[in-house]
Amino acid sequence: MSEAIAKDSTARALSVALTVAFICGLLVSVVAVQLRPIHKANIEAERIAQLELVLAALSDIGRVQSIENLEARIVVLASGDFDDNLDPATFDAEKAAARPATSVAIPADLDLAGLRRRALYAPVYLVRGSNQQVDLIILPVSGRGYQSTLRAWLVMDGDTQTVRALKFYQHGETPGVGARIEEPEWEAQWRDLRAFDDAGVLRIGVRQQAGGALSDDAEYQVDGISGATRTTQGVDGMMRFWLGEFGFAKFLQRLREEQL
Amino acid sequence: MQDNNWRILTRPLIDDNPLTLQILGICSALAVTTSLDTALLMSLVVVCVLAFGSGSVSLIRNHIPHSVRIIVQITIIATLVIVVDQVLQAYAFELSKRLSVFVGLIITNCIVLGRAESFAMHNGFVASTLDGIGNGLGYSLILVIVGAIREFFGKGSLLNVQILIPTSQGGSFEPLHLMLLPPSAFFIIGGIIWFIRRKRPQQVEKAEFTLRTRGQEPK
Repeated sequence: MSEAIAKDSTARALSVALTVAFICGLLVSVVAVQLRPIHKANIEAERIAQLELVLAALSDIGRVQSIENLEARIVVLASGDFDDNLDPATFDAEKAAARPATSVAIPADLDLAGLRRRALYAPVYLVRGSNQQVDLIILPVSGRGYQSTLRAWLVMDGDTQTVRALKFYQHGETPGVGARIEEPEWEAQWRDLRAFDDAGVLRIGVRQQAGGALSDDAEYQVDGISGATRTTQGVDGMMRFWLGEFGFAKFLQRLREEQL
Repeated sequence: MQDNNWRILTRPLIDDNPLTLQILGICSALAVTTSLDTALLMSLVVVCVLAFGSGSVSLIRNHIPHSVRIIVQITIIATLVIVVDQVLQAYAFELSKRLSVFVGLIITNCIVLGRAESFAMHNGFVASTLDGIGNGLGYSLILVIVGAIREFFGKGSLLNVQILIPTSQGGSFEPLHLMLLPPSAFFIIGGIIWFIRRKRPQQVEKAEFTLRTRGQEPK
């Protein structure tokens, strides 16, 4: 009986708890440190794989490029400036959007993509022509779909007005329905689509109703996918948000006016 | 003794299955069974965590003070889960992203803590490890069945190998999208439970309350 009391004494409880915590903490630390190089390599491999999708999209529109020719930069979204103190190779936009210190809440009326917060910075890629003028602009865009977050590369022309391509690289939409956003036929609709009208108003979007008379916006819109209303609405909101005031509008304006 | 160990290992497969008899661990069973490969990986992870978790708790069971036993068990289980999660992120990066938070949530899986508390605290190392493996396999068995059914009828494939060609690609198979949504796992698990209890009526629980029909006096 005396042994049972000793086993339940406070000192005993503390020492056992501390010993277990120490051994467990040590194990977790050792594993985390040992595996960190492999984790980093995986993340880098994923970034390269995503960029290769961009290259595939570029070659689809007849602009064959290699990864070395993509100029990686970090953009401050609020001002449209480049921030060269951050390394694009290690910048984790998803993590940045989740942390309060590196992200900002999106006002509810502007949150067309349903993201709630967005990072202060965004990695962009530029393709320059022979005389150093910007030929293509590659922007990461994301938005809430039906049951997942849609992530895509948006390829804009150097004129900052025309969409050249849209390539989804991550989503978890219903196979055969919402997942059709990544079918080549649907993505091809985004080729050479004007985003802004002559007055500079953002008009791009996804057409929801089938048939009927085409509205004024017809030349700025692509067809939705029947049966995937929520997914196509998500894509619509995503495009409007990222090309809008709280997205890349400032950056595109600076690019157009100052030929950065 | 040999016989007893074999019994400990195989009892949780059907007779005392954590999922179908005790109805534990349903949350992860719904989430990771949309395809067979995630179900298999999750099964492997849970078997490892259960085996090592029950084994280690059993090893130090005589030193764990009663007042802090749950905290100590959770610490050990959490450590194992973090280690396994890190290993998966290193060596099965794509699959670990699809399992997302559900690997981390094994910490709160009732089966793991349940076996540590009810079995490993009172039994030796070998028996506890076998009990952990057995319960993990019982969980895996159901996960694999559900994962196979959902992937086959939802996508027409098994382990990402296309078996039936869907109509969208010119075949004659119309995928059942319901199978890819969480409710279908409920239906399938429910069907499995019904089937097992029909074969083994001793698993059917006695009703705690009986419905009273009109005019009948309460007992």
